[in-house]
Amino acid sequence: MRRIPLSALIGLILTGGFFFVAIFAQLIAPYKMDELVGGVWDPVSAAHWLGTDSIGRDLLTRMIYGAQVTIFVATCATILSFVTGSVLGFLAATAGGWLDQALSRFVDLLMAIPTLILSLVILTAVDVTTINLILVMGFLDATRVFRLSRAVAVDITVMDYVEAARLRGEGRGWIIFSEILPNALSPLVAELGLRFIFAVLFISTLSFLGLGVQPPLADWGGLVKENSAGLVYGIPAALAPAIAIAALAISVNLVADWVLSRTTSLKGGRGA
Amino acid sequence: MLDQVKTNLLEIKNLRIEATSYPPGEAPRKVVLVDDVSVSVQQGRVLGLIGESGAGKSTIGLSAMSFARGGARLAGGQILLNGRDIREAGAGELRGLRGREVTYVAQSAAAAFNPAKRLMEQVIETSLHHKLMPRAEAEARAVDLFRKLGLPNPETFGSRYPHQVSGGQLQRAMTAMALCPRPDLVVFDEPTTALDVTTQIDVLVAIKAAIRDTGVAALYITHDLAVVAQVADDILVLRGGKKVEYGTTDQIINSPQQAYTQALVSVRSIDHAEKPDSAPVLSVANITARYKGTNFDVLKNVTVDLSAGQTLAVVGESGSGKSTLARVITGLLPASQGRITFAGRTLSADLASRTKDDLRELQMIYQMADTAMNPRQTVGTIIGRPLEFYFGLKGAAKRARIQELLEEIEMGAGFIDRYPAELSGGQKQRVCIARALAAKPKLIICDEVTSALDPLVADGILKLLLALQEREGVAYLFITHDLATVKAIADKIAVMYRGQVVRYGSKTDVLTPPFDDYTDLLLSSVPEMKLGWLESVLASRKMESGGN
Repeated sequence: MRRIPLSALIGLILTGGFFFVAIFAQLIAPYKMDELVGGVWDPVSAAHWLGTDSIGRDLLTRMIYGAQVTIFVATCATILSFVTGSVLGFLAATAGGWLDQALSRFVDLLMAIPTLILSLVILTAVDVTTINLILVMGFLDATRVFRLSRAVAVDITVMDYVEAARLRGEGRGWIIFSEILPNALSPLVAELGLRFIFAVLFISTLSFLGLGVQPPLADWGGLVKENSAGLVYGIPAALAPAIAIAALAISVNLVADWVLSRTTSLKGGRGA
Repeated sequence: MLDQVKTNLLEIKNLRIEATSYPPGEAPRKVVLVDDVSVSVQQGRVLGLIGESGAGKSTIGLSAMSFARGGARLAGGQILLNGRDIREAGAGELRGLRGREVTYVAQSAAAAFNPAKRLMEQVIETSLHHKLMPRAEAEARAVDLFRKLGLPNPETFGSRYPHQVSGGQLQRAMTAMALCPRPDLVVFDEPTTALDVTTQIDVLVAIKAAIRDTGVAALYITHDLAVVAQVADDILVLRGGKKVEYGTTDQIINSPQQAYTQALVSVRSIDHAEKPDSAPVLSVANITARYKGTNFDVLKNVTVDLSAGQTLAVVGESGSGKSTLARVITGLLPASQGRITFAGRTLSADLASRTKDDLRELQMIYQMADTAMNPRQTVGTIIGRPLEFYFGLKGAAKRARIQELLEEIEMGAGFIDRYPAELSGGQKQRVCIARALAAKPKLIICDEVTSALDPLVADGILKLLLALQEREGVAYLFITHDLATVKAIADKIAVMYRGQVVRYGSKTDVLTPPFDDYTDLLLSSVPEMKLGWLESVLASRKMESGGN
């Protein structure tokens, strides 16, 4: 059995915990999500472990449901960005020519505009629904994945074994999925972790600005926004979701770091 | 045996070099790179270090400057340079002796020079750094060395940048760099390995003359026994970090004692008789080709034929168009003119419009077996894919055929679930051969398939290829720059020079005089495994040019 470094272990446990809470939010949460159970900003008590929020809902419950919303949106957006980004990236790398040029220049164009501003503009024009949020985040993030997967695949396409497959008469599907993908997987998996973190931060930012998840649903960014007014009066309710965002980002990062360091060995082989 | 009257300039006693390896998924462990090696070099003599890759020759060479590459440690023994032990010398002392007492000539001159500085600056840098001589004197000495090394326009040569001179000239410039500070010892680490044979001979002559004129002692590291026989006084044969045999050059070449040394000396002595002509399997007619976006023809009007079951060797230096010819035949680079007939059919110029049979019957084996196999596929998948792709074999039938192919390449069935990283260099190349064979081809293009292998391993691959040809009747188009390989395997030879076939015919015809100028130069440049070969070649070349 391979030894997992301590930092990666901590990251794995925390990430696992966050995902567990997110998946089983309905079973774990002590109260209903939008149930008024106390006064405004009640302090921490046995009934309300994190106190209550700006209108008297249980903050722990809000946090648990917030985890579900945050992680769901971030996960969907990451998957969307990976599928589109890597498929198009590999296609551009293997096809070359005008297709590569067209895709790459289009991606350059999108990346030239700051992502936050571009998404704010799009989100003011369309309805802010969860689906639209995921689509906007996923496609904008796909530009980054495209860049990476194209760069990785361009290196692999010039290898003799890809030429050998081409000489054998293999189709593009086999070349992409059997020759290139297994060799490009390691950097892509590491990138997956990082993109997930960026998605979490991004959805939190959007919600904090009011263009993300809409009430009564709330993600962590939205919770920070709802409770931020309390900070002026010394009420720490906004800190809990903020800490949760940071903790999730760091724990996923620890895992991603470990995956990355494992796969950058120069040994070749399976990289296992 | 060795001349004991002179004092030993360098004396290595019981040297032991260790490194720590980190195998994935296991605890780090200690590996011994060099074990109990003792040698000595006297003033003005040349010691050749010879062995396969991994034999520890470069590691020993570098230890003469008390340097160990990343991760390695000079763990035990003594390294006496000019009488003092430098194995555990401090950084200050080492800085003082490196470049003053010992200098180093690396294999790849192109990678060792700073591309942003003129050659002169780099050649005299060490002398100035150690304050051995004033700049004017250093420059004069450099020009003198340029002249001795046979470089063109020695007066102005130093004002060029590294990219403005050829590979062979750069290698000689590095030799000048090493000799400029008047060191006692120069370490030559495979100085001619990356060069073409016709260039190699010039560099060898230059290095040998420079060693003789300056009276410097040298360690000469190479894997080519024929080369080291021309320059060294003594030879140390190494294998797996251990001494195999140590003696004078004359003794090692003419009466080797150990079985391993005998094998090295007699390498490439495969006897291969020409096969009679039959119907051609491949006809290349008047092919002209150029790369996209250029206006220079890499191949000019190339015409060759290859009979079924025969071997056509395509010989030439790097840049002569040999590999381009392979790319044109495989369809990776469509020819701009000419016609290729294969197995009675006219091949379409580009890959996309060829039939599956065309693709199946024309297979290719690459120089670097490492990059020719997907590192994430097992041997079974690599060999099995063509079986599945061309013949639709599945499951047990496929597995049985893979076993059969593994037997054919003289590897056991146990290799089927291994990954390429778990194979040796020779085994990797064998798997590539099996992958080509799996398609039941009529022609296999072999692109420098033995160039990256150690001589004994390469010998095994050539024997395997010959045996397979005997059994399967497959034809080979064998691309190589190594004439010894050609003699071992070819039925027909095409000599290429600057994109043209300058000589083409049966092996005996091509290798028998009268030669054209280029073939003569090429043939006479291949080092032979005997003493004094270099001198005899030079003498005969001088005679010819004197007669003209």
